Amino acid sequence: MLPMLRVSGLHKSFVMHAQGDLALPVLTNVALSVHPGECLALVGPSGAGKSTLLRSLYGNYRPQSGSIQVRHRDDWVELVAAEPRAILDVRRHTMGFVSQFLRVIPRVGAVDVVAEPMVRLGAPIKEARRKAEFLLGLLGIPERLWALPPATFSGGEQQRVNIARSLIADYPILLLDEPTASLDQANRDGVIDLIRQRRDQGTAIVGIFHDVAVRDAIATRTHNVALPGGST
Amino acid sequence: MKPLLSARNLTKRFGNRIACHGVSFDLWPGEVLGVVGESGSGKTTLLNCLAGRMTPDEGNVAYETASAGTVDVHRLSEARRRLLARTEWGFVHQDAREGLRMGVSAGANIGERLMAIGARHYGNIRQSASDWLERVEIDLDRLDDRPTTYSGGMRQRLQIARNLVSEPRLVFMDEPTGGLDVSVQARLLDLLRGLVDRFHLSAVLVTHDLGVARLLTHRLMVMQGGEVVEEGLTDQVLDDPQHAYTQMLVASILPV
Repeated sequence: MLPMLRVSGLHKSFVMHAQGDLALPVLTNVALSVHPGECLALVGPSGAGKSTLLRSLYGNYRPQSGSIQVRHRDDWVELVAAEPRAILDVRRHTMGFVSQFLRVIPRVGAVDVVAEPMVRLGAPIKEARRKAEFLLGLLGIPERLWALPPATFSGGEQQRVNIARSLIADYPILLLDEPTASLDQANRDGVIDLIRQRRDQGTAIVGIFHDVAVRDAIATRTHNVALPGGST
Repeated sequence: MKPLLSARNLTKRFGNRIACHGVSFDLWPGEVLGVVGESGSGKTTLLNCLAGRMTPDEGNVAYETASAGTVDVHRLSEARRRLLARTEWGFVHQDAREGLRMGVSAGANIGERLMAIGARHYGNIRQSASDWLERVEIDLDRLDDRPTTYSGGMRQRLQIARNLVSEPRLVFMDEPTGGLDVSVQARLLDLLRGLVDRFHLSAVLVTHDLGVARLLTHRLMVMQGGEVVEEGLTDQVLDDPQHAYTQMLVASILPV
């Protein structure tokens, strides 16, 4: 079976011009691949570059060299140094990202925030809203909040809105950055169940899970991200 | 698929001062391109050159028309360029007074654009004007008032309605939210975002506000001293800025 995502020789450093062009190497020669139905957990000490790797996979950070290939509409797309519209197309159809924080849009209610990725794929608004409401319900967001903009929601509620938003479009690849960080036990279990369901249905997942219990419940493999210089 | 707008090596000087230098890019259908940078970085000059409102000293702008193939914007006759500007393009000014006719009613401001592209049936024109007022969230009982009686935020929304009623393919926007209160800005941004999505608009948006750029644009070009110093996907440029100037701009955003 073909992988959904394959990475090789990936290098990423940050150059801080305000600090006399200080160069911070973060990723050196990273290689990995993820198959459908797998969940790869990125592990390593804080500051080792787990988030940098995850953001690079989403095309959000720009690696200096190496290759990130994504299986997109039965074709391989190279994300390193790709054109913006190529990356946007991969994000629209193939790859979802759950960050720790929701970037809220003024005046847009939770249901529409969640429905948006599906509407962008051409689904009728009514159908997308119905699915958004179903997901919000499943994730334990009280119905009275659905129409409200999530700016005033609690951290845990915002995170669940974020999760619903990235699950609605059924992306074949999901990237998760601490999806349960600000959730209580009951809500955490709900999120774990949903993600495992997706994994078992064949979604390829890469995630960062600090909570070992969450990691054990979701991940099928781990990938060690070492501190630059090799001192782990 | 062809790019909708292609700029090649655009340079514009004012006397000895270079306002923009060697700018090239392709804008694809459905894309919203943001041009950011501080005042005096050449953003507005670039926008005016792109829209044919200013003639560059060097370089050219090619536009893919709806039915007449590719045209060189600066080699068109004045009459054809005006026709293009009324039919396939929109231009949203920072100061709504530049984009509106202040002496006629709101309804006439919208209707005029429709008549310019051949609409003649008064009832239909008035109906379209009402629909658009509603879409930009202006009360219908203000249809016959002049924009002089409108607030700044309402004027800006009216200017947007006047530009979009003729269903342009490409919209140029110069600081559309500049000079408005923050709450009014949020409403306008949300509205623009919805309209861009719904009508699958392509746009070039000039702003110095990186928050506005984050919300509305797919791609960014960062300008400094008339040159493009960095470009990329909007979240790449804002989250992983490479150039010293972009890093400085991003680091200067005040947290709330």
